[in-house]
Amino acid sequence: MSSSAQILAQFQSAGIETCFHGRHIDPQIYADLNGSNWTLKDYEARGGYQALRSILGKDGGEGLTQDQVIASVKESGLRGRGGAGFPTGLKWSFMPRQFPGQKYLVCNSDEGEPGTCKDRDILMFNPHIVIEGMIIAAYAMGISVGYNYIHGEIFQVYERFEAALEEARAAGYLGDSILGSAFSFQLHAHHGFGAYICGEETALLESLEGKKGQPRFKPPFPASFGLYGKPTTINNTETFAAVPWIIRNGGAAYLACGKPNNGGTKIYSVSGDVERPGNYEVPMGTPFAKLLELAGGVRTGRQLKAVIPGGSSSPVLPASIIMECTMDYDSIAKAGSMLGSGAVIVMDDSRCMVESLKRLSYFYMHESCGQCTPCREGTGWLWRLVDRIHRGEGRPQDMDVLDSVASNIMGRTICALGDAAAMPVRAMIKHFRPEFEALIQKNVSQAVASA
Amino acid sequence: MISEATKARFAREVAKYPAEQKQSAVMACLAIVQQEQGHVSEASEAVIAEYLGMPQIAVHEVTTFYNMYNQQAVGKYKLAVCTNLPCLLRDGAKALEHLEQKLGVSMGQTTADGLFTLQQCECLGACADAPVMLVNDRNMCSFMGHEKLDQLVDALRAAEEKK
Ligand SMILES: NC(=O)C1=CN([C@@H]2O[C@H](COP(=O)(O)OP(=O)(O)OC[C@H]3O[C@@H](n4cnc5c(N)ncnc54)[C@H](O)[C@@H]3O)[C@@H](O)[C@H]2O)C=CC1
Ligand SMILES: Cc1cc2nc3c(=O)[nH]c(=O)nc-3n(C[C@H](O)[C@H](O)[C@H](O)COP(=O)(O)O)c2cc1C
Ligand code: SF4
Ligand code: FES
Repeated sequence: MSSSAQILAQFQSAGIETCFHGRHIDPQIYADLNGSNWTLKDYEARGGYQALRSILGKDGGEGLTQDQVIASVKESGLRGRGGAGFPTGLKWSFMPRQFPGQKYLVCNSDEGEPGTCKDRDILMFNPHIVIEGMIIAAYAMGISVGYNYIHGEIFQVYERFEAALEEARAAGYLGDSILGSAFSFQLHAHHGFGAYICGEETALLESLEGKKGQPRFKPPFPASFGLYGKPTTINNTETFAAVPWIIRNGGAAYLACGKPNNGGTKIYSVSGDVERPGNYEVPMGTPFAKLLELAGGVRTGRQLKAVIPGGSSSPVLPASIIMECTMDYDSIAKAGSMLGSGAVIVMDDSRCMVESLKRLSYFYMHESCGQCTPCREGTGWLWRLVDRIHRGEGRPQDMDVLDSVASNIMGRTICALGDAAAMPVRAMIKHFRPEFEALIQKNVSQAVASA
Repeated sequence: MISEATKARFAREVAKYPAEQKQSAVMACLAIVQQEQGHVSEASEAVIAEYLGMPQIAVHEVTTFYNMYNQQAVGKYKLAVCTNLPCLLRDGAKALEHLEQKLGVSMGQTTADGLFTLQQCECLGACADAPVMLVNDRNMCSFMGHEKLDQLVDALRAAEEKK
């Protein structure tokens, strides 16, 4: 290793603050990890690859049929952890299993939603759980080739995942005739290189094909027209990571550790104004107040002001509302926001909401792929308006303009990035309108005074 | 133009995809070239286009679409500091300002000695480690308060002087 590499390595996170803090509740994916026990041997010692052995009938049992695996996943109530919360078992059942040509399985590890850093810790510290989940999914849908698309910024994670793939191939878990069965599955890692939009599943497929990552119209969904035009199933990293536990313990047990319609555990990435930012794996339906407590509470001397509960694309909720919520898809949706990717961004009473919104609006403008006019132009408008208000140059009519630009983007674009840019704006105006108006009012009075 | 060692790295990537879909390896090949040469030149795009059997313009479209490809030469160390909201709440913007002062350049610029290029970037996917900075695309540096930023810059400078 060159000396500069040695220097840089000293600043690498060891995961102690984000993952090995011992403050998860009944974890399944992060259970018993310490940072060095990521290898195949360690994973097997934790019961890893047993689920695969059992479905292939290589543990002395009869094995499971494809239908039985899909039925278990349906029963578990597992919903997509990438943000949309789509039922995973249902998605798997859409896959045309009898399709004569090649079919593909893709893992979405392009985690780029501001606030989200859970998939990184899964892949870095427990890569085999994702590999095993993908092999099981491939078996259930009769797929022989898969890719894991990993966020370009986390290159060390990409290298770790490739190392884990080598181990799994050498042990006969991946490749031809897995564990001596008739089932074969090839899995490869692919990396992005800095484009948030490639997390959107169809943009990801374009990118995987070696093109610009511009989303496609849906439908057709990837299940019928996916990678290289072939039927493809895409799931988030955490979704695949949940699968081995479900197979080992049964769908009913998984459902039981969450709440109805919201099975299992969920990893929340808590960032912002808390004492202990990090990833926390807790059962679905855990009260928000409990999660906040695990993260050490709001920074000392400060009060909770607002929370963005599901990554930057989800609408902000004021303290009074979020403190009454439990952390699951249904509760957060009822409160008017989305659980999204599970990135909980906490803001204390010293924060200016106009400034926060300005930074997010800049992000969406920067990351718009430019295909649809409402998104390309609208995100620019939104940023310029919020920037103007923040600089104290807002005009009274700006609030209405903001609202109308946002509503003109929504529902008029190819992918959900347009909505993701517009929704936070409307929620900020809804809950924190006086902060915007105060800045505008100040400007108006100054103008009057100097006239 | 392209060394055998680099070709071997390209081949390893191409092997991941169906034979008629070599283009899928374009992002990896561009990243390899950038790692070896510091940036992606037009000449490298031409080499990759030929290697993968795709039009050069299609390679160029990829280079320009993704934020991390350097279309021009950058300093020996490219420092990209995240200032997106979760990082902003934990002094991501202050980290960037601190580096601007320490290095005597504004964001987007390269120091006169050609050692450092300073950039602002979007979410690196390491938000709970804020402030975070990515060095030369492949090294994530976490919890970068002012003291650690100074340590890192000073150590890299010292290592260069020794050479
Ligand atoms: N994890 C992250 O970093 C980020 C996550 N997101 C999240 O992404 C979400 C939006 O994602 P989309 O993929 O646009 O949502 P979507 O609702 O279009 O799709 C969800 C999933 O279900 C599948 N699906 C839905 N209906 C189907 C049907 N009739 N037939 C077959 N398959 C079907 C889709 O292919 C997709 O895999 C947002 O809610 C947001 O929270 C957004 C940005 C970043
Ligand atoms: C702009 C945008 C960015 C997205 N980024 C991601 C991402 O980084 N990771 C992810 O898993 N899903 C992301 N999604 C959601 C995916 O399109 C897709 O719904 C998901 O990968 C499906 O997996 P799941 O069913 O397991 O959640 C994004 C969606 C949009 C609209
Ligand atoms: S909504 Fe925006 S990001 Fe999505 S396809 Fe249209 S322009 Fe691109
Ligand atoms: S917001 Fe800075 S790494 Fe995610």
